[in-house]
Amino acid sequence: MVLNQFLFLSALLFCIGVYGVIVRKNAVLVLMSIELMINAVNLNLVAFALFNDNIIGQVFALFAIAIAAAEVGVGLAIVLLIYRNRRNVDLGGLSEMKG
Amino acid sequence: MSVLAAVNSVVAAGEASQKVSDGFLLSFTWWLPVLSFVGFWAILFLAKRINVKSAAAYIGIAVVALQFVLAAGAVVQWQQRTAVAVAHSVEGESQSTGADEGEVTSEGEVTHEESLETIGVVRGFAVAAEEGEATLRPALERSVSWYRNGETDIRIGTHIDGFAVAMLFVVAFISLCVHIFSREYLRDDSRITHYFAALSLFTGAMLWMVQSSTTLGILFGWEVMGLCSFLLIGHWWEDTDNSAAALKAFLTTRTGDIGLLIGIVTLFFASGKTFDIAVINEKALNGEIRQWLCFVAATCLFCGVIGKSAQFPLHTWLPDAMAGPTPASSLIHAATMVVAGVYLVARLYGVFWSGFSIKVGGMNLGALVGSITLVMAALLAFVQTDIKKVLAYSTVSQLGYMVMGLAVGGWAGAVFHLVTHAFFKALLFQASGSVSHSGSHHSFEMERMGGLRKYMPITFITFTAGYLALCGFPPFAGFWSKDEILTAAKTNGYTGAFIAGSLGAFLTACYMTRAYTKTFFGENRMHLFHDDHAVVPHDAHAVVPHDAHAVVASLDPHDVAHDVAHGAAHDAHDDHGPHESNAWITGPLVALGIMSTLVGLLQWPGWSGLPKYSFEKFIANLTFEESAFKFLEHPEFKFSVAIPSTLLGVAGIVVGVIYFRVFNHDLGLVKRGGIFALVHKVLKNKYYLDHLWTGVVIGFVKGPLAKAAYWFNQQGLDAVVNNAGKTSVGLSRWVYRFIDQGVVDMTANGIGSTANNLGAGLRKAQTGNVQNYAAIFIGAVGLAVLAIVLFI
Repeated sequence: MVLNQFLFLSALLFCIGVYGVIVRKNAVLVLMSIELMINAVNLNLVAFALFNDNIIGQVFALFAIAIAAAEVGVGLAIVLLIYRNRRNVDLGGLSEMKG
Repeated sequence: MSVLAAVNSVVAAGEASQKVSDGFLLSFTWWLPVLSFVGFWAILFLAKRINVKSAAAYIGIAVVALQFVLAAGAVVQWQQRTAVAVAHSVEGESQSTGADEGEVTSEGEVTHEESLETIGVVRGFAVAAEEGEATLRPALERSVSWYRNGETDIRIGTHIDGFAVAMLFVVAFISLCVHIFSREYLRDDSRITHYFAALSLFTGAMLWMVQSSTTLGILFGWEVMGLCSFLLIGHWWEDTDNSAAALKAFLTTRTGDIGLLIGIVTLFFASGKTFDIAVINEKALNGEIRQWLCFVAATCLFCGVIGKSAQFPLHTWLPDAMAGPTPASSLIHAATMVVAGVYLVARLYGVFWSGFSIKVGGMNLGALVGSITLVMAALLAFVQTDIKKVLAYSTVSQLGYMVMGLAVGGWAGAVFHLVTHAFFKALLFQASGSVSHSGSHHSFEMERMGGLRKYMPITFITFTAGYLALCGFPPFAGFWSKDEILTAAKTNGYTGAFIAGSLGAFLTACYMTRAYTKTFFGENRMHLFHDDHAVVPHDAHAVVPHDAHAVVASLDPHDVAHDVAHGAAHDAHDDHGPHESNAWITGPLVALGIMSTLVGLLQWPGWSGLPKYSFEKFIANLTFEESAFKFLEHPEFKFSVAIPSTLLGVAGIVVGVIYFRVFNHDLGLVKRGGIFALVHKVLKNKYYLDHLWTGVVIGFVKGPLAKAAYWFNQQGLDAVVNNAGKTSVGLSRWVYRFIDQGVVDMTANGIGSTANNLGAGLRKAQTGNVQNYAAIFIGAVGLAVLAIVLFI
């Protein structure tokens, strides 16, 4: 096993996440895509920790997971409120801030 | 310099002066005004929340009663202070003659070093001349540094000597009587809170003024009293006449105050930049302030006195000030505020002594103004039909006496007259208030009174005491004090003033007899006016405070509804006719009556072993005794003056009784025409002085002077202004065309339009779609990462 394999997997996951965030119109799916991006980063952290023999990276990853849980909680709450107001979660219609 | 040599700082000395106990109350007399100010705020903010009728009155009475107790204590302590000082007098003498010469110059430094603390300076020793033995009575001075700028140290503090203590006592006593009297007199007034608040503030200002050690402090008290006077005269401002009277009083006294301010500033610079009264007196008396400067300062200060103490020709405000509630008139326009001017002269006597060259004799400005005032006002009192107006002119006349007495060198006599007059004039005013309150349906017109001695025995007896005191009938108070002034005028060679004073004594007795008999003797004439009494304007304003049911209608006293309410209120009285007032009113009358009868005995000339001239010893002031009075023989009681002046007074009474009572000829001679009618007309019009002020002086300012000023304005000032204007218009055009439009506006417009266009462009980026933002964000991050990888 070499480090490159982890890095390629993580880059692939990240790109899928970016694609999802930009393209998908369903807010829940956008949130899931963000989770993909976070986990891609976590994978990087763990991989570097493993190959550099340094525990700090793994600890940091654990923190990131905890914060991601909080973040997705807030995100879902927002989505829920959007749903209550508009009876759908389509991001394409949310353009009230248009300048 | 000998007095300055005796100056010991309490902090520095530690020897002789330490043994002179300061006296607890004497050291803390500044509590008295502070109490009043506390009372003022308490009445304003608490009185209405206390659910007791007349709560404001009770707070006011409580405060002033406490002040009276403190002031009485101060009097006692001042007497004891003398006793203590006498015991150490020899020691103090040796201390001051020997070692203290060196401290004279260092005194200023001592005060500088201690300026942030309160220091007591023992300054001035009173000499009681009894048996040739010098007794020391140091004045008590406490002051703090208020403001310092380089060498100039402006201090503020109190100067307690016998004069100040006596004044504190008089003010507190009369104020207490007035407060108690007002509790009943203004029982149902709708603005009783404001009334008592103003009364409290006034008392505090007066108590502050009489103990102030600096001219600035005096000015402060003086102006606060002017304000309170304005508030109280205009208390029933629903009536336009009353607010006009208030304004007149305020503006007239303010006119004089210009002189006062100039005088104070002149003295400040003339005396080496100090406001300290003791220092100013010292320097004026020993010639450190040049005589012509003293004259300028004294004349300017005297303008303030003319305004405040209602001297000719600015006396016109005082009779109009009778529009205020009677107890306020009693306190302010008879007993205390108007004597502020007299107090100022007495306090800064050194300046007046030098400035008016009092020891020369003959005549001077003060004696002239005082003499004119006392005769002129006495004559005016003859034609008044309103008892308060008679008393008001009498006050003007008596103030003239005091000013004249001071100006002829009778310092102690004039101060004594100030005190006695305060008692008996407060008494007379309050008695007239009692008459109006219970005897004449709230009218002060003497035509509606008559025969009241049967209905109002206490008011009658006390009024009689005040009347005899004012007429100078022995042994009542006025006899002793008036006599002192006349003796001083005669001894010091002021013949003109002496004649004016004697004439004034005769006239006073005569016009007071007229008022006295018209009010208390003969038949009661109230019923002649009974039917229309509510619609006479003069009556109307006095009705407002008394009549609880009329408060609603008080905005228009002539309202029909008011008449009905007024009648209803009177039906509630047990007796519709004249009756005696209740104890809230008669109590103060009795107290003042006793004082008016007895206070003159303080100047008993030593017969049958009783204390001799004890008041004079009480107030004696060494600065004056040493420098001023050693040139004059001390005016002893003289039968050669006392008997003729008493006879004149008796003659006045007899003439008054014969003319006004027996023949009942108030206007008999006048009706016959000729010279008497002319005199009557002139007096009725108050010598046309009001016309002089409003018609001639103000007319001149409004007419020719204004026109001349307008012409100068148009031709002189405007030409300059116009040319300057034209030039600047031309210049402005050029500037507008080239600089403003060409440079400034281009820049400004350019910046504006750039921002506008940029905004319009960037606006398109704000799509409102979150995913667009995310795409831009991620793209930017990607570019940044690419840049980092490629270039670093």
